[in-house]
Amino acid sequence: MNDFENLSISSAIEGLANKNFTSLELTEFFIKKIEKNKDLNCFITSTFDKAIEMAKISDQKIKENETRSLEGIPIGMKDLFCTNGVRTTAGSKILENFVPFYESTVSNNLWNSGAIMLGKTNMDEFAMGSANTTSFFGNVKNPLGSKVKELVPGGSSGGSASAVSSGLCLGSTGSDTGGSIRQPASFCGLVGLKPTYGRCSRFGMIAFASSLDQAGPITKTVEDSALMLQAMVSFDKKDSTSSRQSIPDFSDFKKLSIKGKRIGIPKEYMIDGLNSDIKKIWDAGISWFKSEGAEILEVSLPHTKSALPTYYIIAPAEASANLARYDGIRYGFRHNADDLNDLYQKTRGLGFGKEVKRRLMIGTYVLSAGYYDAYYLKALKVRKLISQDFEDSFQKCDLILTPTTPNVAFPIGEKQTNPIEMYLNDVLTVPASLAGLPAMSVPSGFNSEKLPVGLQLIGKPFDEISVLAAGAVIEESRGF
Amino acid sequence: MSIDNSTVKKVAKLARIEINEEEETTLITELNNILGWVDELKQVNTDSVEPMLSVFNESMQMREDKAESNFDNSQILDNSPESNSGFFVVPKVVE
Repeated sequence: MNDFENLSISSAIEGLANKNFTSLELTEFFIKKIEKNKDLNCFITSTFDKAIEMAKISDQKIKENETRSLEGIPIGMKDLFCTNGVRTTAGSKILENFVPFYESTVSNNLWNSGAIMLGKTNMDEFAMGSANTTSFFGNVKNPLGSKVKELVPGGSSGGSASAVSSGLCLGSTGSDTGGSIRQPASFCGLVGLKPTYGRCSRFGMIAFASSLDQAGPITKTVEDSALMLQAMVSFDKKDSTSSRQSIPDFSDFKKLSIKGKRIGIPKEYMIDGLNSDIKKIWDAGISWFKSEGAEILEVSLPHTKSALPTYYIIAPAEASANLARYDGIRYGFRHNADDLNDLYQKTRGLGFGKEVKRRLMIGTYVLSAGYYDAYYLKALKVRKLISQDFEDSFQKCDLILTPTTPNVAFPIGEKQTNPIEMYLNDVLTVPASLAGLPAMSVPSGFNSEKLPVGLQLIGKPFDEISVLAAGAVIEESRGF
Repeated sequence: MSIDNSTVKKVAKLARIEINEEEETTLITELNNILGWVDELKQVNTDSVEPMLSVFNESMQMREDKAESNFDNSQILDNSPESNSGFFVVPKVVE
């Protein structure tokens, strides 16, 4: 049997087209691999029968020259996307037995492009976490860790990242509210792209914080990222914030030169506690762009340090409204009681995990009478300032280059006692989320312990192509 | 600003989340820490700044006000913990 472990999506498409192997062979390879690597806990639900059925259809399509853009490509689907007839849990006990009867637009778009679903990937409960340790279905392991030092894959799309990194699938979907695609991609040595808010439909994507949630791909290469993104995006009338902006051919990033582009380096991202290896790789990144003929300039995003506190007001506030739907009556877990209020309180008290309850409490508090103006309204105003910072900077530069995370993947069990310590993981990814900008993490180097470090590229609204083009420069320059 | 146990109880009730005494104690500390931390936003000058509810700035399109039936009643009820004769079942709410 072929070894498909290190295959990229683009080379798999080529191999399928040249009849070097079939989609069924690919799919069966990954099914076996998933079964052998159950200890990583990447998948909550596997859909192997469905995968084989889809692979056979793809092989037929290839035979008949009706190949679609991701024909026969086995992927992992984050368990946040509703899949028709396939259990969808969002990593929560409260949705342990929820089987949607409709398909999310993003997953539907992928199936219509010929992608094959191997299963639903593990994640932090309701996407609230940065280490994949809050899942009701257990934590996910980072394949780059060892027996003596088990590492987190990052979160919340930890199952998706770990699965791609360990070669259990060719690519996967993630969702990013404050860094949930970029941070795990960085921790697992992968490319993670959060497109502009509005590019991917949120229909059928279980809501966390609706003004921030955005789907995107996690892949091995920048080219794969463009391929998957192309299949995922669409205007969707079922999502009121789905964008009508024209959708480019994302593979055009290959034609785009970085020469003469202005790359902004925000001095405020040089935060206390930024790992020194990461700082070195950031400097190396700057030199790669210089050698490619880009112009490097310092920019200022003065409200950067307010972004994380702003996020931890806005995201829990929106979550407290969104998660009000879990009432134990229409779907999901129920704890019976004689009184209706009792039923709600017991269902939610037992159905939600610690981190989710903590955030629902914060969200409820900041929206409650007497505190709304001081917290929520204040945060919305600071959000405006953060967004304005980016607008001002993008008058001077075309792209912004920063590290993705202040540190590399940490051991499982660490940062569990103080929630704020966990939240600090997202300090460099949250600003772009608040401003709704496209941002991508690209593997750029390794620390002294050989753990991957990602650099983040932030682009202007709807300019994913420039972000991808700059990502390709990193891929070509990093020397691995 | 400090959160005491009566505030935690009140917020938990508003959020419809039952918490036990142990959770209550932990939450008092955690919420105080988190809210103390986000309090640093008070130092940011936001005079005459408009609140930003969303980054989405395209006009929302109205759709025709037309009833559509996309799903069967039974499909919807299949996910409910308890249903009867085409209805969701809740505990008795009137005497």
